[in-house]
Amino acid sequence: MTRELWKGNEAIAEAAIRAGLEAYFGYPITPQTEILEYLSRRMPELGRAFVQAESELGAINMVYGAACAGVRVMSTSSSPGVSLMMEGLSYIAGTEIPAVLVNVMRGGPGLGNIAPAQADYNQAVHGGGHGDYKSIVLAPASVQEAIDLTVLSFDLAEKYRSICMVILDGCIGQMMEPAQMPEMKPIRRADWEWATDGRMGKRERRILTSIYLDPIEEEKMNLRQISRWKAIQANEVRYKEYFLDDAEIVIVGFGTAGRVALSAVRAARQQGIKVGLLRPITVSPFPFEVINQLAGRVSAFLVTEMNSGQMLEDVRLAVRGRAPIEFYGRMGGVVPFPDEILHEIQRIAAGPLSVDSNPRDEWYERMMAAR
Amino acid sequence: MTTTAPNNLVYKRPVGFTDTPTHYCPGCTHGVAHRLVAEVLEELGLIDRTIGVAPVGCSVFAYNYFDTDFVEAPHGRAPAMATGIKRVLPDRIVFTYQGDGDLASIGTGEIVHAAARGENITVIFINNANFGMTGGQMAPTTLPGMKTTSSPNGRDVETQGYPIRMAEMLATLDGAGYVVRRSLHDPKNIRLAKKAIRLAFETQVRGLGFSMVELLSTCPTNWGMTPVESLKFVEEHMVPAYPLGDFKVAAGLAQVKVKG
Repeated sequence: MTRELWKGNEAIAEAAIRAGLEAYFGYPITPQTEILEYLSRRMPELGRAFVQAESELGAINMVYGAACAGVRVMSTSSSPGVSLMMEGLSYIAGTEIPAVLVNVMRGGPGLGNIAPAQADYNQAVHGGGHGDYKSIVLAPASVQEAIDLTVLSFDLAEKYRSICMVILDGCIGQMMEPAQMPEMKPIRRADWEWATDGRMGKRERRILTSIYLDPIEEEKMNLRQISRWKAIQANEVRYKEYFLDDAEIVIVGFGTAGRVALSAVRAARQQGIKVGLLRPITVSPFPFEVINQLAGRVSAFLVTEMNSGQMLEDVRLAVRGRAPIEFYGRMGGVVPFPDEILHEIQRIAAGPLSVDSNPRDEWYERMMAAR
Repeated sequence: MTTTAPNNLVYKRPVGFTDTPTHYCPGCTHGVAHRLVAEVLEELGLIDRTIGVAPVGCSVFAYNYFDTDFVEAPHGRAPAMATGIKRVLPDRIVFTYQGDGDLASIGTGEIVHAAARGENITVIFINNANFGMTGGQMAPTTLPGMKTTSSPNGRDVETQGYPIRMAEMLATLDGAGYVVRRSLHDPKNIRLAKKAIRLAFETQVRGLGFSMVELLSTCPTNWGMTPVESLKFVEEHMVPAYPLGDFKVAAGLAQVKVKG
């Protein structure tokens, strides 16, 4: 197959179709609307279900219904819309059924703006909806990776009867890059042992619900989710390493922030600074173990994000005070330039650093001083 | 144990019911409404391909009683879930069963747009003028002056607004194929309600669009009345406020004959 020029959002839409997407429910919101528009044409053309819902509440509950029926189903939205979907996500998690959601994140909180941001990390990785649950969260850094991870998201969601979110930002959603699409997979309806698709003379009735009125039964469900999460942690951690073999400084950044950091790493290498990049692809399950191992041998970490330091907390948890951690973030829809991160690398290389400082406080002081 | 049906059998458990005693309060008409739905599904031969969507409210456990596949929706979202199911399984029969807090309060967006899209689903709407499950708070359907635990001095329309007549509202939408209101306060009306439920499912079977039967119902526990007083309250106060009738009947239903 040849590479073609694909816009991120449309690439995600086509990749989902090729992965066997049978139903899509969405609502317009910038900067993800091209996914909805693309699928409004392609899904009916293929005889598959497409509904522009009345709201994100409607969309996620249509996803919930179709997921109960056992088909590959997806919705896509952007930050404010994803907030509205949190109710449905919690129910989907509580019902233990697979569903895929793409969040093309934008600046916030509130209405914010439509510029690229990563401020929904905590919402995606550490909860969002009410109750005890975790979602698998994938963070692409290119159009090609957006395609590959969209396809993967359906497999992971089904394998673990879990929500799988793909989080990206307007950069990747709106940017065009050469990329290769996978082959079209035929629609294959798995005969799930849990799907409520009608008895049809074959079996006893089935019920799908997130209600466990007896607390002991609810706790059993909570424990079942933990055991499932342990398997996800053991099997599904994905990340990409760049120049880590001899690195003394390690940048940790996901998605666009990780990609910008890679440019800075290359520039710093030309100046002789031994810096590498760890780019988490699964931000949930988070690559704790690789960071844990790096913490034993490197001299410093730099976390770069397009938010105020949300993944930073997970890196701190993995490093556990064994190496200094610095932070550099831009917020509100501002995308950092490689120069800004290069400057941070140079500052860290010059030292001195302390393991006792609070990386977010120090970053904030520097941000304010620079104004 | 084997039992032999007597020759003069006039009453039995519909095959659409599971052998589970309901959790509903004595005198509540949810049981009647459930039974009518089960009888209709049995008579139309639909049980095997029906998927129900339960609401949040007293009937949250509706799935325990119907011998069909069932899912349990977030509060008010049953029509959206039903949309998701029906769109991927168009040959199945999909119905929601919703109360007035669920359908007329938190779920107005979902029900209006399901009807507007002409979703080929059937909605059984229980209007008992209050939030039953949470202990009798004011609902959008609570009558003016009616006392509830959140309108202790009676619903004051100046500050708490006016009742919503959902059936009339939804009937204005072109996507609606069959929208009627019936009552469960006496045997005659129960028979009429069953006919309406049957026509609602026939609407779906024939692909004529969205169908809804609003059922005026009792809530003796929260109303603080005996079951008999409750039935009288429906007849004397609910029916005048919520007129019984057919608000939308698709032309394609004219040929459908329903036996009483």
